[in-house]
Amino acid sequence: MRLNRRSFLQMSALTGGGLALGFFDSPFVSAQGPARTDLSPRAFINIAANGTITLMAKAPEIGQGVKTMLPMMIAEELDADWSKVRVEQADLDDHFGGQSAGGSTSTQGNYLPMRRVGAACRQMLITVAAKRWGVAEAECTTAPSRVLHGKSGRSFGYGELAVDAAALPPPSMDSVKLKDPKDFRILGKPQANVDIHAIVTGKPLFGIDCKVPGMLHAVIQKCPVYGGKVKSANLDQIKKMPGVRHVLIIGSAQAASAGASNSTIEPGVVIAAPGMELGVAIVADTWWQAQTARKSLQIDWDYGAGATQSTDQFSQKAADLMTAAPQNTLRSYGDVNAALTGATKVVEATYAYPFLAHGTLEPMDTTASYKDGKMELWTTSQSPAGGRGQVARALNMQASDITVHMCRIGGGFGRRLTNDYMVEAAWLAKQVGVPVKLLWAREDDIAHDDYRPGGFHSFKAGVDAQGKMVAWRQHFITYGEGQRYVSGGTLDAVEFPSGRVPNYALHASAQPLILRTGALRAPGHNAYCWAIKGFLDEVATAAGRDPLEFHLELLNATPVPMVAEAGRRGGNDTMNPERLKGVLQLVAEKSGWANRKNTPGHGMGIACHYCHAGYFAEVAEVTVDARNRIKVTKVWAAGDVGNQIMNPSGAESQVHGSIIEGMSQMQQEITLVGGKAQQTNYNNHPLLRFRQAPAIELFWRKTEFPPTGLGEPALPPVLPAIANAVFAATGKRIRTLPLARSGFSFA
Amino acid sequence: MALKLKVNNVETTVDVPPDTPLLWVLRDVLDLQGSKYGCGIGQCGACMVHVNGVPTRSCTTQVGSIGDQAITTIEGLSPNGTHPVQVAWEQVDVAQCGYCQAGQIMTAAALLSQTPHPTDSDIDTAMSGNLCRCGTYLRIRQAIHQAASAGTSGAAAPQK
Repeated sequence: MRLNRRSFLQMSALTGGGLALGFFDSPFVSAQGPARTDLSPRAFINIAANGTITLMAKAPEIGQGVKTMLPMMIAEELDADWSKVRVEQADLDDHFGGQSAGGSTSTQGNYLPMRRVGAACRQMLITVAAKRWGVAEAECTTAPSRVLHGKSGRSFGYGELAVDAAALPPPSMDSVKLKDPKDFRILGKPQANVDIHAIVTGKPLFGIDCKVPGMLHAVIQKCPVYGGKVKSANLDQIKKMPGVRHVLIIGSAQAASAGASNSTIEPGVVIAAPGMELGVAIVADTWWQAQTARKSLQIDWDYGAGATQSTDQFSQKAADLMTAAPQNTLRSYGDVNAALTGATKVVEATYAYPFLAHGTLEPMDTTASYKDGKMELWTTSQSPAGGRGQVARALNMQASDITVHMCRIGGGFGRRLTNDYMVEAAWLAKQVGVPVKLLWAREDDIAHDDYRPGGFHSFKAGVDAQGKMVAWRQHFITYGEGQRYVSGGTLDAVEFPSGRVPNYALHASAQPLILRTGALRAPGHNAYCWAIKGFLDEVATAAGRDPLEFHLELLNATPVPMVAEAGRRGGNDTMNPERLKGVLQLVAEKSGWANRKNTPGHGMGIACHYCHAGYFAEVAEVTVDARNRIKVTKVWAAGDVGNQIMNPSGAESQVHGSIIEGMSQMQQEITLVGGKAQQTNYNNHPLLRFRQAPAIELFWRKTEFPPTGLGEPALPPVLPAIANAVFAATGKRIRTLPLARSGFSFA
Repeated sequence: MALKLKVNNVETTVDVPPDTPLLWVLRDVLDLQGSKYGCGIGQCGACMVHVNGVPTRSCTTQVGSIGDQAITTIEGLSPNGTHPVQVAWEQVDVAQCGYCQAGQIMTAAALLSQTPHPTDSDIDTAMSGNLCRCGTYLRIRQAIHQAASAGTSGAAAPQK
């Protein structure tokens, strides 16, 4: 295949005489590196003859605001009247290129390409206007949704130009002129969520609201132990219940063959697609009928090997691994043993955190319709292209025979990257031959999450007589086998303070796990930031140093570069210490850190973190009562995500959400007994409640760097900031999460 | 079993078992999908409606228990989304994912109908039964105060 690297615009007149602009290139170029700034063929802009501008929002909207922000980028350079722009959610279409929500990448990945789409369209509208007036294009300017000719005072609305513009050859994407950001009218100004009116009036927007003619409703009772399967179930009884149309055992190929020989499998077993969790599916006229019938299910399970697992056993095994020789060394330089021996003070501590469920408020759901070899899906996926591939593989279909519509999503947080429910719905629709809406009950969601894995860190650090940190040893106990760790359970060799301590060792050991794990907002970082920055606060305290000043000193250290090894590049990490110092100093100034007065029951704590290309520092102020109830009264946050905040309203929302979610994470845990999750719902896997939310004050530090995303980087530092504040207030360290396991709770 | 209901000022009849949760009657029988399923056990408030003006979790309310009491859902809170709480929600740009917001709005509207000028403490008490997974609590507080102020100016206008 010959790759065409040159981007260009393709236009086509839509019905109604509108203009459609697409931004073209070969989608194969994207595999060659992240520098790609183009997109594959698809119309982003439609300008109707009456002037109505419709912009397509290409990425899944999970509450992170991209359905508003990405069209803002197009509208800015198009110079559209934002108040009159309509935004529509795009379907999944390979020609769009990346249509995913994850990793805080939407801003950096789309800032230039989306603007270029808008700028190219504006340029074409100017070309048409200039030609009609017989003037030079250079004499023309635009005001929102109009082309102006200043000398003569004439103007055209975009709608008057759209049909002719659609007939023009498109300009090269590389040559379109972009605005100087100081001239922005839309970006950088707070813009309300484009769906806000539909949301406040209760319009059907979400995956759960999808309705397809003839649709039935499904629930799946999965094995409470991951990897288990059905031995037998009372299908005949369930089939007779009101509204029930189909009851299927989702079985494994092995179970089916065993059933054939010893008759332990009921009739009605259907072989699961690869990767599906096994159980019993009930399909009924209404969801409540399916859910009601489920309560009468009697299933004899074969729990399998997962039933031996328990949280207590994990903790015991982790304690054993901590005292044993590490299985793996992620990074080591200097002489940690000698430095610890020679240190004036040595500090040691062990930190532990639990498995967590995502608990998005909209449970997992997808509606699927299978007809004549084609699949149509209405889904709530953060990675719809990945999901389409999973469905294609599971059902042995071509991706081109699968249509995916993206519904508004009631929360993602990483849970909707794995698409298990999308495969289940597609599989069910194919089995029963009519459209099916699958909706997990909340209890299914908590019990069958791809959990944030728990973990353990043992630390040992030394400081010299001047209070400088001279050695750091860390042993990370995670889950996995050998040097392959579970999703969400990894730790990068360059993670702070790697490279900034003269003698350093980072080891890792793993224990096996039979459970799905995955990415939870700021994956990895949401866990080890708390452990590392909490321990760093301990070291600073032992050294008699102010934690802020101690942190700044480490950031000022000349970094020790990584040595290149097989499969690993050498050099320094991507963290810019000046930017992290910048937000630390800003948050210290704004919170009055230097003049803080920690008194019994009242304290302030500070922490910072770099992840997902963003820099955040946060100070928490807490009061702690005699019963160890923590009231977080205020959090100050300072962030550096580059030179432009796209939508200050959405940006602030992401920071509020990150801080409040971080607090939720501090009080949650998933524990296993006999391989079964002990938590079931929000009553025992609690979200932070309204009265517990702190005041939050946010400050941006704008720097010259290209803009980056905000879905994740504000979250990690709030956990150690609060834990460190609790120490300042009480003298007690929180080294085990959730808070209850350290004797604390949120008031 | 046929049950008479009054939903958003419309009399209707539904044929469902009386122990069916009101939420699922609204969503799947009456096609009023603004009320959301979040937990099914009265923990999150995403399903909040008014029954005779009282904020009520429809996921744990059996439809047969309602009788002739008037049910109001988010779809019936106002014509065209003009209730002061809805207007304030838009002005403050409260929502992130938006899934919980119908329930938040119904709880806030009930609070303001009882307490037109709530203190922060009143708001804490009223709103702590509604969960927001995205963390919009600070904007909800701001919007409730804003709606309370707008309600005052709205009431004052006819007296001129």
